[in-house]
Amino acid sequence: MDTMPRWADIALIPLINLALALLVSALVIAAIGENPAEAMGVMIRGAVGSAYGWGYTLYYATNFIFTGLAVAVAFHARLFNIGGEGQAALGGLGVALVCLMVPWPHWSLALPAAVIGGALFGAAWAAIPAWLQAKRGSHIVITTIMFNFIASALLVYLLVNVLKVPGSMAPETARFPEGARLPSAYDWGAWMGFGRSAPLNVAFFVALACCVLVWVLIWKTRLGYEIRAFGQSEPAAKYAGIRPVRIIMITMLVSGALAGLMAVNAVQGEAERLVIDSVQGAGFVGIAVALMGRSHPVGVLLAALLFGALYQGGAELEFEMPAISREMIVVIQALVILFTGALDNMVRGPVEGFFRRLRRGAA
Amino acid sequence: MATVTQTEGRPSAAALSQTAPAIELRGISKAFGAVQANKDISIRVERGTIHGIIGENGAGKSTLMSILYGFYKADAGDILIGGTKTDIPDSQAAIRAGIGMVFQHFKLVENFTVLENVVLGAEEGAFLRPSLAKARRLLVDLAREYELNVDPDAKIEDLGVGMQQRVEILKALYRQADILILDEPTGVLTPSEADHLFRILRGLRDEGKTIILITHKLREIMDVTDNVSVMRRGEMTATVKTAETSPTELAELMVGRKVLLRVDKTPAQPGPVVLKVENLRVTDENGVERLRSINLEVRAGEILGVAGVAGNGQSELLEVLGGITEATGTVTLNGHPLQLSGPESDGRSRRQAGIAHVPEDRHRLGLILDFTAWENTGFGYQDRPDYTNGALMNQHALRTDTEGKMERFDVRPANCWLHAKSFSGGNQQKIVLAREIERNPDLLLVGQPTRGVDIGAIEFIHQRLIELRDAGKAILLVSVELDEIFALSDRIAVIFDGRIMGERTPDQTDETELGMMMAGMDGKAR
Amino acid sequence: MDYATLIQLLDSTLRLATPLLFACLAGLFSERAGIFDIGLEGKMLAAAFFSAAAAAMTGNVWIGLLAGTAASLSLAALHGLASITFKGNQLISGVAINFLASGLTVLVGQTWFQLGGRTPSLTGPSRFQEITLPFADALEPVPVIGPLYATVLSGHTILVYVGLLAVPVTWYILFRTRFGLRLRAVGENPGAVDTAGVSVVRLRYSAVLICGLLCGLAGAYLSTGLSAGFVKEMSAGRGFIALAALIFAKWRPWYALSACLLFGLLEALGNRFQSLEILGVTLPTQFMQALPYILTVVILAGFVGKAIPPRAGGEAYAKER
Repeated sequence: MDTMPRWADIALIPLINLALALLVSALVIAAIGENPAEAMGVMIRGAVGSAYGWGYTLYYATNFIFTGLAVAVAFHARLFNIGGEGQAALGGLGVALVCLMVPWPHWSLALPAAVIGGALFGAAWAAIPAWLQAKRGSHIVITTIMFNFIASALLVYLLVNVLKVPGSMAPETARFPEGARLPSAYDWGAWMGFGRSAPLNVAFFVALACCVLVWVLIWKTRLGYEIRAFGQSEPAAKYAGIRPVRIIMITMLVSGALAGLMAVNAVQGEAERLVIDSVQGAGFVGIAVALMGRSHPVGVLLAALLFGALYQGGAELEFEMPAISREMIVVIQALVILFTGALDNMVRGPVEGFFRRLRRGAA
Repeated sequence: MATVTQTEGRPSAAALSQTAPAIELRGISKAFGAVQANKDISIRVERGTIHGIIGENGAGKSTLMSILYGFYKADAGDILIGGTKTDIPDSQAAIRAGIGMVFQHFKLVENFTVLENVVLGAEEGAFLRPSLAKARRLLVDLAREYELNVDPDAKIEDLGVGMQQRVEILKALYRQADILILDEPTGVLTPSEADHLFRILRGLRDEGKTIILITHKLREIMDVTDNVSVMRRGEMTATVKTAETSPTELAELMVGRKVLLRVDKTPAQPGPVVLKVENLRVTDENGVERLRSINLEVRAGEILGVAGVAGNGQSELLEVLGGITEATGTVTLNGHPLQLSGPESDGRSRRQAGIAHVPEDRHRLGLILDFTAWENTGFGYQDRPDYTNGALMNQHALRTDTEGKMERFDVRPANCWLHAKSFSGGNQQKIVLAREIERNPDLLLVGQPTRGVDIGAIEFIHQRLIELRDAGKAILLVSVELDEIFALSDRIAVIFDGRIMGERTPDQTDETELGMMMAGMDGKAR
Repeated sequence: MDYATLIQLLDSTLRLATPLLFACLAGLFSERAGIFDIGLEGKMLAAAFFSAAAAAMTGNVWIGLLAGTAASLSLAALHGLASITFKGNQLISGVAINFLASGLTVLVGQTWFQLGGRTPSLTGPSRFQEITLPFADALEPVPVIGPLYATVLSGHTILVYVGLLAVPVTWYILFRTRFGLRLRAVGENPGAVDTAGVSVVRLRYSAVLICGLLCGLAGAYLSTGLSAGFVKEMSAGRGFIALAALIFAKWRPWYALSACLLFGLLEALGNRFQSLEILGVTLPTQFMQALPYILTVVILAGFVGKAIPPRAGGEAYAKER
């Protein structure tokens, strides 16, 4: 018998977790001598109070949708892909190579090519840990962490020694050609008030499309069925003729590809060149987003919007209340991961108890 | 130094048996959520006796003992040890009260030595060396006294199950337990190991220890206990002296009505050979040979029952044929060889070849407990054209098919949206059975078809298997329940230590002979 | 490479290996007890900040050490709460703790010092002083051995020696005491420990808190011994290198020392040389930085000696029937 209604599991508990995380965040702000209510107001206004804010909020959200989906897909196969950071970095390399090597005549050609490039490189970086997990039983959490650091060293090396513009001091690639430039929100959404500076670009729609595709993959296809079955029980999956190696490889390739796609937004859409640390922690935010979104594409989308708002609001916060540094976002993010991921049972226990009592009372 | 048996300074066993019982439980109740595992249980266990507690799987025996060992807290009721009301909030308290427990799944640290395992939790002082030295001396004494010889320096992972069980008993004795509880101790033992265990238990009783033996096997109760209590569906239905009862009476008390021992069936009409297994071998990851040259065949229209003590290779046999474990040897289905290793040896290829598999453990293998009933109907057949639309699952077809199956197999509640975990054991098994039987396989593999299944469903499941046989299908049945083997099989093969000891037909043989064969003795020499 | 360079290299190897060693032994206690800890990095960072902050404010490095250790212990207790009491996912808890430390150190640092997340530079008694071992000056002129003793072994802060001493102590605790036996058992089969009447929860909390204590020492050394003050993100992935070293060492104390020295040497080489030529192949410094991780992946892959973690690692203990 299910201990509580479904809506409590998918909505009530995440909301309570989120409320707790925000409550503790407020306490932190109060502890450093600032007014939490005022800070909250600044953050909300900064994130969603203007078209300017939305331009950033949705841009960040786009990154987090990609990395959040990456973690979520892996979660379904009970794989913890903590390597989104490295996979997205390599995705950046793929996107940069695609954009730089071909003199693109129009973005509509460059976009699909960059999508393929980013996805391929991201998937390739996930492939080795996946293979080691599938064939050698090496713990994928540890190997993906290691691969994050290896990716970071690799990219520094490439940017400093290989891809840097000759004569330049900055360890970054040349600017991508104009034909590879993705239309920004200003180009297609000026009527909604987006300004020239808005980093939001068409990659946002790619992210939305990925949400739909992941939903179809996980809940509608045979492969998704097999991934979920494998995630529930590996011995049972073997009984059903589902090959663990195949599922681990495919799931991790999809996961790595999704993380790699983040570069379409951040590298091609916003920076228009590959710089050192183009990911900026978005790979890790993906963990929080997937946890918060209960690994469901709709949940991931909502959680990514929330974190996008948090990042943009946090930037405004630093601007308007200089005593609160930008790192406040990292603290909030940590608390969300803590309460929704690690301390989930702290809330779940009492809530389940509540519903049990409710049912007994009704019976 | 105190002697090991700890009888000094206490009244003799005979004197005590007239006074306070070793253990008395009064009105113990325990619920897990909506499931009432123990209902108002009262029982007296006299000192210096072997007291059996018998009941079917899920009758609540283990829960009761877990309460006694401080694993669970009872919702209501009192525990009296030696006449004194005692609170047992944790294992520590149970040990202090003189209770030792040998769990069904041993609680040993695999990469520790025997000595380290015995000492763990009962060390003397903060430093290991003196504790280990003392334990070594005591262990030698105990081993001599109770025929419990074990190498103190052997690693647990290198020992067989029988030996590991001795380590568990030694652990309890080292903690000076007066009351020893054994939970299904013979499930993993060969009959000769079990006999040795019973000798040890009698020896312990004669030293004044009290022993509680939990089992679902009548033979053991009759063989070794002084008193026996019967549990059924969480309740204690009776406590009797073993000498004054009979297996039939106990069986009736256990299940609540006359046991159905025979299934109505006509003689088999065996057709051509469907499954032929030759020289089948399986070596596990530790390099232990689990199957050593198995040879058998199953014909169309017959049921071959494989009898044996759990752990003698029958699970591996099913898993090889079902495409879960790799093996060497030759297996043919309708004359076509099956791959025994590599990608073509998986469950999918087996199903395509015409083999269906009702696994021994439906929770571990047969079902995804967090999937809905309709999702479970597609489990193993997720790539069949009738369940798919290209790369997509055809959910509508799956649900329609599940509703039909639920009706034909009388699954309750007949709601295909419920998760598998929400159904009772019998209904879960019916979901698996419906899925596997209705694919119309040439060969059906069935493991423990009625384990954890209520009596009503047992009849239903047996009837369905007979029908499938009568439809000309081959069935390989694995069961540790001899009654079930006798009731269903047309031929019986006995497996012991990874080998087939011999084959009999039900009318040629009896439980005694099969029991000898299951113990590794040559049944032919009769 | 001349001998003087080699001596300098070994000297900095020992310095750089010390925080790794503390963190690695910290992880060893935790993981041997069955609690995975990818939050070593965060605990170390928090300890580094609070050590430097307290030392800067009081001018006393010992108070700094206490403050840093207390910070690390608090995060360890949080990890215990999540993974032991509430049976949460240990990996996720570790990730959260890393972020928490990363954010809080800068946030609080900015509030307290207004230096963009840095603490003021530490001088004099607010830093750990270098200790000259007996006869170091006298022995220095002796060829070969002299510099080895006077420069490599002598002249470190007290924490370096504590770190080296922690290795045999850890070994002794683990393999020669009752606590160690129980600790190893609880990481292999908590059910065995529980039924033996020993509290799984208390044992695991002890292990997690020891882990916090050692991470505290690692962090304190980082900001008050190795450097003179805290800078943002100063742990710079050392917690993960320590984790790598732990796997490399297969969860054993003496091997942990070797692994940390090796990884310390790699860092020292990377610091000293922009690129390194070995057998005609030029290795960039980034390769040296990535090498600990690459080596760990190779070990994890089991091509060179398989690393088998404690069997009950990563799973909360729930009693079963």
